[in-house]
Amino acid sequence: MAYSDKVIDHYSNPRNVGTLDKSKKNVGTGLVGAPECGDVMRLQIEVDETTNVITDAKFKTFGCGSAIASSSLATEWLKGKSVDEALNIDNMEIVEELALPPVKIHCSVLAEDAIKAAINDYRVKNGLPELEAAKSHH
Amino acid sequence: MLKLPIYLDNNATTPMDPRVLEAMLPYFTDQFGNAASRNHPFGWQAEEAVDYAREQIAQLINCDPKEIIFTSGATESDNLAIKGVYEMYAQKGNHIITATTEHKAVLDTCKHLEKQGARVTYLQVNEEGLISLEELEAAMTPQTILVAIMYGNNEIGVLQDIRAISAIAKKHGALFFSDATQAVGKVPVDVIADGIDLMAFTGHKMYGPKGIGALYVRRKNPRVKVTAQMDGGGHERGMRSGTLNVPGIVGLGKACELCRLEMESDTARISAMRDRLERELLTLEESYVNGSREHRLPHVANISFKYVEGEGLMMGVKDLAVSSGSACTSASLEPSYVLKALGLSDDLAHSSLRFGLSRFTTDEQIDYAINHVKEAVTKLREMSPLWEMFKEGIDLNSIEWAEH
Repeated sequence: MAYSDKVIDHYSNPRNVGTLDKSKKNVGTGLVGAPECGDVMRLQIEVDETTNVITDAKFKTFGCGSAIASSSLATEWLKGKSVDEALNIDNMEIVEELALPPVKIHCSVLAEDAIKAAINDYRVKNGLPELEAAKSHH
Repeated sequence: MLKLPIYLDNNATTPMDPRVLEAMLPYFTDQFGNAASRNHPFGWQAEEAVDYAREQIAQLINCDPKEIIFTSGATESDNLAIKGVYEMYAQKGNHIITATTEHKAVLDTCKHLEKQGARVTYLQVNEEGLISLEELEAAMTPQTILVAIMYGNNEIGVLQDIRAISAIAKKHGALFFSDATQAVGKVPVDVIADGIDLMAFTGHKMYGPKGIGALYVRRKNPRVKVTAQMDGGGHERGMRSGTLNVPGIVGLGKACELCRLEMESDTARISAMRDRLERELLTLEESYVNGSREHRLPHVANISFKYVEGEGLMMGVKDLAVSSGSACTSASLEPSYVLKALGLSDDLAHSSLRFGLSRFTTDEQIDYAINHVKEAVTKLREMSPLWEMFKEGIDLNSIEWAEH
């Protein structure tokens, strides 16, 4: 399979690989996918509680190059956005940015799911109602 | 200077030995005759070359030169053997026994015959990749006409107990066919000692050309016949029509001769490199060899690296040409059916790499491959949430994964 230069760049130099302290109240963690499907993404956000802005984002991904690139890109986009803005990230924007082929669109869907799951975890931790759309939509 | 990428996918195909090419060249131009032309020297020369190649091949597998039927490759040989026996021995029965880890050319041929009324038993293999002789024996019936079990597996290199299997087939009056595509030229194959009635093999897996293969068909004890699958001029004792591919046949003959003369020294060198590669890669935690290590071809290593995904790993080892058991790299969206047949879970099957070494593999290439794979696995594990959980002692089976 031929990968786009952007996928190769994110795969070779992944941004924001790592782990945030999930016990902290202002850290939201999303874990999506399944090992037997060949993709598992964990995405974490750290939120400034006064401004509601995402100050840090980290990921770890088990998966193909497109899955790694999708989650790496997602962390880049999350940093500096407010939690509400982050909810608007659409998987098709990831597809476009990384030039993912049709067979790899599921990687972008998984990244969007991971973002929503992380935000939801943050909301629940902070006594906010659970998001409707947080449940997997496929 | 080391040339990259390094080719370690010799179970897919081998490069041709330059000595084979040299032997073939005159038969494309000066000596271009049709081996079936009986009336002039062009034909006689071609026929002579074909006869010589038959002898070279026969010597490698210990058969009579007349028992070699030339085909276009192992897939055609598999088809001719199985369909040809099914049709030729229809009066005796319709039952075929094979195994779940066979090549698709065997499995899909059997499935094709099932639609035409054949009954096929697919034997399971154990975690080492070996069939059970007891299960084989139990599956034999008076209607069993053919037992089709491969010599060495293409994905994991496991060698079946061919002599014991052929003895069981013989005891019950069934023919024994073996797809020996990966084994001929790599390990000693002796159709008499091994009790083989029909055997498929091909040029391009043993440093010969693509597009030429052979089917060994026993002529004595018992005399075996197969129904031709192609109608025409009645070449190859009526079993396979079509003008003989003389340059290809000359190449296959030369490749067989080289394998016969150099097998011992090649095997010693290649298996030492394979063992070193394997030993070094197994120093990585949570890495496992797939299939029997005792009963195995000398040039193959199939290793799973737990907690990294195969396609991601393939991308990380871009300086190596290897194969993965992971879904996404192949046309089908399933992990390798051979690895699954060994009882591997999907995630472990997704995490495997197959290394196939050759006569031309060097120690320097293996050194590079070892470091390259170690670096890629380590880097991907640092990125893998599953690895982190494993390190924290979390049982991955205890997590409720969101299936997608």
